[in-house]
Amino acid sequence: MSFRRFALATLTAALTSASIIGSAAAATELLNVSYDPTRELYVEYNAAFNRYWQAQGHESVTVKQSHGGSGKQARSVIDGLRADVVTLALAGDIDELYRVGKLIPEDWQKRLPDASTPYTSTIVFLVRKGNPKGIKDWDDLVKPGVEVITPNPKTSGGARWNFLAAWAYAQQKYGSEEQAKEFVGKLYKQVPVLDTGARGSTITFVNNKIGDVLLAWENEAFLALKEEGGDNLQIIAPSLSILAEPPVAVVDKNVERKGTREVAEAYLKYLYSEEGQRIAAKNFYRPRNQTVAAEFAKQFPALKLTTIDGDFGGWKTAQPKFFSDGGIFDQIYQAH
Amino acid sequence: MTSTTLANPSAARVAQRGNVWGRRFLIAAAWLIFTLFLLLPLYVVVNEALKQGLGTFFTSILEPDALSALKLTLIAVGISVPLNVVFGVAAAWCVSKYDFKGKSLLVTLIDLPFSVSPVIAGLIYVLMFGAQGWFGPWLQDHDIQIVFAVPGIVLATIFVTVPFVARELIPLMQEQGTQEEEAARLLGANGWQMFWHVTLPNIKWGLIYGVVLCTARAMGEFGAVSVVSGHIRGMTNTLPLHVEILYNEYNHVAAFSVASLLLALAIFILLLKQWSESRINRLKASAAEE
Repeated sequence: MSFRRFALATLTAALTSASIIGSAAAATELLNVSYDPTRELYVEYNAAFNRYWQAQGHESVTVKQSHGGSGKQARSVIDGLRADVVTLALAGDIDELYRVGKLIPEDWQKRLPDASTPYTSTIVFLVRKGNPKGIKDWDDLVKPGVEVITPNPKTSGGARWNFLAAWAYAQQKYGSEEQAKEFVGKLYKQVPVLDTGARGSTITFVNNKIGDVLLAWENEAFLALKEEGGDNLQIIAPSLSILAEPPVAVVDKNVERKGTREVAEAYLKYLYSEEGQRIAAKNFYRPRNQTVAAEFAKQFPALKLTTIDGDFGGWKTAQPKFFSDGGIFDQIYQAH
Repeated sequence: MTSTTLANPSAARVAQRGNVWGRRFLIAAAWLIFTLFLLLPLYVVVNEALKQGLGTFFTSILEPDALSALKLTLIAVGISVPLNVVFGVAAAWCVSKYDFKGKSLLVTLIDLPFSVSPVIAGLIYVLMFGAQGWFGPWLQDHDIQIVFAVPGIVLATIFVTVPFVARELIPLMQEQGTQEEEAARLLGANGWQMFWHVTLPNIKWGLIYGVVLCTARAMGEFGAVSVVSGHIRGMTNTLPLHVEILYNEYNHVAAFSVASLLLALAIFILLLKQWSESRINRLKASAAEE
C-alpha cells in the first residue's frame, strides 16, 4: 500500500466512524443510575418491567444501567449524566441531587411509599469458611491481627452504612460518643484496602483473598456465596446492625427534557408490585411487601436493627456530621 | 556504542570473550524477568479466556454489550488518531522548521499529557463541560451532551494521546533540517507541493511509528475515559471499561475473553510498529551510507 493510499484510508475510516455517531437509534430508553451491588437485581427487574410495560399496551422499553459507588454515581448525575431514575444506596446521596444540582424537589422522598425505599437490606460480616479468626461480633473486628475489608465512606454508600452500624454498636455498648469514635477509629486502623465501591471490596475479599472479614451489604454477601458456591465463605450476623434503606427517585429535570416521565415513574412504581418485590427478594434484598416478606422469611437471619432516622437523626444530620470534609470520618482517618 | 564497536572490532571481541559468563547471566536474567512479568500474565489472560472452551470465548466477545464497547473503542481511535496526526505533523513542522518566540513553551505543552495523571485529564473535561462546569448551562440549553457521552470519551482520548505523533516527528525533522524544502521552494514548488513531495516522504516511517503508538494508547486508555464515561453499558463503555465491569460481575471468563480481544488488537499494532521501525532503521542506514 502506498503511503498516500494509507493516508486516504485513515481519513475515510475517521469519517465513517464520525457518521456512525450521528445515527443513534431512537426507541424508548431509560437510564437507571444505580449503586454497586444492584447489577444483577436490575438486569432481572428490567426484563420483567419491559414485559409488564408492553402488556400495558406500550412499546418496548430498553433500560440502560450504570453502576458504581453511590456517592460517585450521584456526583456523575449532578455533573450531567442523564439518568431518568436514580436507585442509590442511601437518601443522603439523592438529597445532593436537590442540594447541588436542583434536579429534583426537596421532598422527593415523599413521592413513593416507605420513604421511596422499595426494598431494604442490612450489614453483615462475610468471613472465610470455618471462621478461622473466630469473628462473632463487632468487638472481634478490632482484635490484633484481624484485617477488615470495607469500602471508602466518601464514595460508597454501603461503606457509610458499615460505618454507622459499627458506630451504633459501640455507642450502645460503651455509652458515649467519644468511646464510639475511639472504637470506630480502631476499626479503620485494621483496614488494609479502601475500595471506592462495595463491589470492589467484595472482589478484593473474595477473589483476591485479602483480609479476614468483609463488612458487606447482606444482599452482596449472599450473592458472593451464591457465585462462589459457598465452599469458601460464610455469613456471620452481628448482635446489632443497621436497617439499610436504599431509596429510588425519578430525576425530574432529565425526564422532562427527554419526555420520559410516564415510563420512568411506572418503572419505579412497579418495584413495589408483587413481581418487583419477589425479584428483589430473589436477589437477597429484604422486601417491603408483607406477603412476599413472609414467603422469603427463612432466607434472612433475624437481626436487631437500628435505623438512620431513629438513632442518627436522618441523613440530613448524619451526612454532614460524619462524612463531610473535616467530619468524624476524616478526623478518624487522618489520625492514623 | 555501536560506532566504537565498528571502529575497533578487535577490542570489542576481546571485551566480549572476557565477559562470556557475565553476558550469559545478563541475558538469562533479562529472559527470566521478561517471562515472569510479561509472558506469564499474557498466558494467564489467554488461559482464563479459554477455560470454558472456544464457544464461551466467542459468545463473550460477540455479546451485544461487548460489540458496542468494541465499536466505541474503534470510534474513539478512528477520531483521535487522525486528529493527532494532523496536529502532530503541524506541531512538529512548526517546531523544527521555524524559529519563533515561545517555541520551548510549545514543546513543553506538547509533553503535558505525559506528565498529567489521566484521572486529572478526565476531570478537566467534567469541570469544563459537566452540568456544573463552565460551559455546562450553555450546553444544556442547546441540548448538547459532551461528558458521559461519546464526545467526552473522544476528547479524553485525544488529550492523553496528543504527544505521540509530535514527539516522534520532532527529532526526525530537526535532524533532516530545511535544506530539501528550501531546494523545493527554489525550484518553484508551492507550500502544499513541497509538503506532499518532499517533507511527507521523508517523515513517513516516523509518522507511521507515531500513529501506531498513538493507536495503541487510544485503545487501552482507562483512567481518563473512566472519569468521563458514566459507565452506561451498551452506550459509553469502551473495551477496557467493559473488561472491568465483567470482572466485577464475577464474569471472569467473559472478562478475560474481552481482555484477550484487546490483547490481540495490541499485538497486531505492535507488529505494525516493529515493521515500521525496521523500515526507519533501514532508511537511516542507507542515508548514512550516502
